[in-house]
Amino acid sequence: MSKTRTEARDDTELSISQILKERGVSRRDFLKFCSTVTAALALPPSFAPSVAQALDEVKRPPLVWLEFQGCTGDSEALLRSANPTVAEIILDILSVDYHETIMAAAGHQAEAALDKTITDYKGKYFAVIEGSIPMKDGGVFGCVGGKSNLERARQVCGGAAATIAIGNCASYGGIPAAAPNPTGAVGVKEAVPGATVINLPGCPCNADNLTATIVHYLVFNKIPALDGHGRPLFAYGKRIHDNCERRPHFDAGQYVEHWGDDGHRKGYCLYKMGCKGPATFHNCPTQRYNEKTAWPIGSGHPCVGCAEPQFWDVMSPMYKRLPNVPGFGIEHTADAIGLGLAAGAAGAFVVHGALSAMRKDKEPGEDTKED
Amino acid sequence: MSKIVVDPITRIEGHLRVEAEVSGGKISNAWVSGTMFRGIETILKGRDPRDAWYWTQRFCGVCTTVHSIASIRAVEDALKIPVPPNAQLIRNIIIAIQNTQDHVIHFYHLHALDWVDITSGLKADPVKTAQLAASISDWPNNSPTYFKAVQDKVKAFVGSGRLGPFANAYWGHPAYKLPPEANLMATAHYLEALEWQKDIIKIHAILGSKNPHPQTFLVGGMSIPIDPDSQNALNADKLIEIKRLLHKAQEFVEKVYIPDLLAVASFYKDWAGIGAGVGNYMCYPEFPDANGKPWLPGGAILNRDISKVVPLDQKKITEHVEHSWYQDAGSEGKGLHPWEGSSEPNYTGPKPPYQYLDTDKKYSWVKAPRYEEKPMEVGPLSRVLVAYVSGHKETKAAVDLVLKKLGVGPEALFSTLGRTGARGIDCLVIAQQAPKWLDELIGNIAKGDLRIHSNELWDPATWPAEAHGYGWHEAPRGGLGHWIKIKDQKILNYQAVVPSTWNASPRDAKGQAGPYEAALLGTPVADPEKPLEILRTIHSFDPCLACAVHVLDATGREMVRVKAS
Repeated sequence: MSKTRTEARDDTELSISQILKERGVSRRDFLKFCSTVTAALALPPSFAPSVAQALDEVKRPPLVWLEFQGCTGDSEALLRSANPTVAEIILDILSVDYHETIMAAAGHQAEAALDKTITDYKGKYFAVIEGSIPMKDGGVFGCVGGKSNLERARQVCGGAAATIAIGNCASYGGIPAAAPNPTGAVGVKEAVPGATVINLPGCPCNADNLTATIVHYLVFNKIPALDGHGRPLFAYGKRIHDNCERRPHFDAGQYVEHWGDDGHRKGYCLYKMGCKGPATFHNCPTQRYNEKTAWPIGSGHPCVGCAEPQFWDVMSPMYKRLPNVPGFGIEHTADAIGLGLAAGAAGAFVVHGALSAMRKDKEPGEDTKED
Repeated sequence: MSKIVVDPITRIEGHLRVEAEVSGGKISNAWVSGTMFRGIETILKGRDPRDAWYWTQRFCGVCTTVHSIASIRAVEDALKIPVPPNAQLIRNIIIAIQNTQDHVIHFYHLHALDWVDITSGLKADPVKTAQLAASISDWPNNSPTYFKAVQDKVKAFVGSGRLGPFANAYWGHPAYKLPPEANLMATAHYLEALEWQKDIIKIHAILGSKNPHPQTFLVGGMSIPIDPDSQNALNADKLIEIKRLLHKAQEFVEKVYIPDLLAVASFYKDWAGIGAGVGNYMCYPEFPDANGKPWLPGGAILNRDISKVVPLDQKKITEHVEHSWYQDAGSEGKGLHPWEGSSEPNYTGPKPPYQYLDTDKKYSWVKAPRYEEKPMEVGPLSRVLVAYVSGHKETKAAVDLVLKKLGVGPEALFSTLGRTGARGIDCLVIAQQAPKWLDELIGNIAKGDLRIHSNELWDPATWPAEAHGYGWHEAPRGGLGHWIKIKDQKILNYQAVVPSTWNASPRDAKGQAGPYEAALLGTPVADPEKPLEILRTIHSFDPCLACAVHVLDATGREMVRVKAS
């Protein structure tokens, strides 16, 4: 099976499952991967064979990953992806032609690799953008190779089959866009309105959701259904609060009152400690992190709402509890609950004023006062 | 004379650019620029100081955790908030495993390709590779079958004609010196380390909820509860898993990383005479015990004088902006202490797209920190030197072992190779120590101490109207300091002086070059079209920024542009 350079062929002619077979990935491991992705896509297990069949036919697509005003947290998340073989499979099933943190080439050789991919595979490659894009003062706050981030984003996202904005910064501007937003930072969709953008917010993004998004595209040949904030419904369709393992304690009125108290040790609800789970749409409770080892609320810290637009301003201060958490149910998505959640208002309290106004009838009977 | 520009320098975190003049095949002058700015310090103003750790953690997602630690220490210092022993130990374990994982990733995934030619490994004899590996370590994976499988995998990849992240590199460069067998061994461990790092960092998930960006830090302690009788807290089950992972981390460092490091270094001893830098080394004290006494000493070594360690005073730290794109108010011609500093942007560089920066004027988003007006190198080399000279037992033993194996003296540490070697020594010493902190934590719990947080000063109403403080931390990349001023329970001013700010410093008001700039002096450049040597010296610092490389002549005219093969 070993081929030398002289026998080089184009991997785009082979299906992903053929390539994996050549790389020594067993059929069993491949099917396990398909099951994991199926679960991440919130599809029933019976879909796994369909995923496998689709990947038997799909060719190896190129991917370019650009980092702008980011912290590399999303790249790191990729390297820790949940299934031990997923990062390797991502390197194998895709051709990662540009990623500054891991690529061997530097300088113009690196830029040439990027230019070649976006020219040769126009309309067929994936672009992943990490970090926000500074718009103020002609984009002087973010340059690579002497080019502004905006210039690069327009060039790369414009020709991509789909652009994935990974993490909250690329999705909505993230921390650089928090007030007073000194650099005029925005998310990808705002910077390049014509591009096909899928937002995968989170700080950082859960890499399982990235893998699932790409597989969804390869399997169904279209981007997943999105909510009003551009997030795939399979991962952002339900509130943290509705899938939280501590929800029974919320319903029973059992709350953590102080860090390390008896309730904290027993896993009581963190609502009084500032948890933003009731206002956050994300699949953390089911997907968790680092091979499903843990997640913030499970480890005793409140949710900070990192998958929501403008969460840095809307959801802070971090330890101030939401004034009233109405008990509306699991059937609601972000769109159904209303735009108030992510209006970019200057505080969680405006948002939750709006929420409680919607459901006055279902407010919990206690804890109506501010801390 | 010609001028070289590097942009982007890859395999680092962030955005860094190097411009350098070359004379007689060696670099005679260099300028380093950080090309991205976000303004997080400005954004922090007016926020809750108890939130600061979460915001500042986003300074960096690679050395994730380090800003959390420095930030909570700064707030705890300002408000005089004590930390329970268990929280101190949990933080130590988190720091230790961050250090261990980060150094191994740096060696294999960010730095190794400067020394290891993956394509040369295709010519290796797997039997001889296994013999080589067996001669330096009893790591169980070292077998002909294993190396043959890796070689086949790489051959299939190369055969595909699409090299993905390995395309367009400097393969075949004459500065690569390893024999094919050593290249294959290192390539195998590159892949193995990728799997290993995902596993051992689960310690951060157990203690911190996730990695990157753990989320269980708190001003005054930690939010991960301890209770041997609860399934929702740190219990025996989780402690045993941490123990297993710490052992796995230590074993890989001892049996793979250190033997590989020594094997690779033995072929590149000429690099023990290249890349010395500014000659001043500084580190902060780290790993406090229950009484706050540090396990690793802090201090400074000046002018490469390893006869003594100079004690530190945080008041002597200042930041210059003479050559940085910030406003100068109050700091013309001199540096400002971080409590007095501001980070108001003032870009005066060329309009993008540009080819060159005006290095005579302001040319970087990085400030120029100075200690007593001197540029200082921070990082594992500084940590190891200060500990070595201070007589730190474990560090001294590890340094002596490495120097003896390589047959060089302590002066070899002042170099590109020394920096890379010191990172391994630092990693080894800390990986071996971490299980002891876990044992101490388990001992505390066994005695019934379940405290993880001191609640008394959690409520901002208990705070004074005004307070200020600082927090020091030895991050994997070196001395990190956060300075905070608090007024009316809100952040009045916040300044972080991070390791790569020290090391990637541009010129200061006196024209003194920063550590990267100084270390590049004298670095050979065999082929200006493939400036591999620049990457070696810059990567030896493990930069936390992003960059690019072009080659120009002294008048600014482009002499050579690096072409894609």
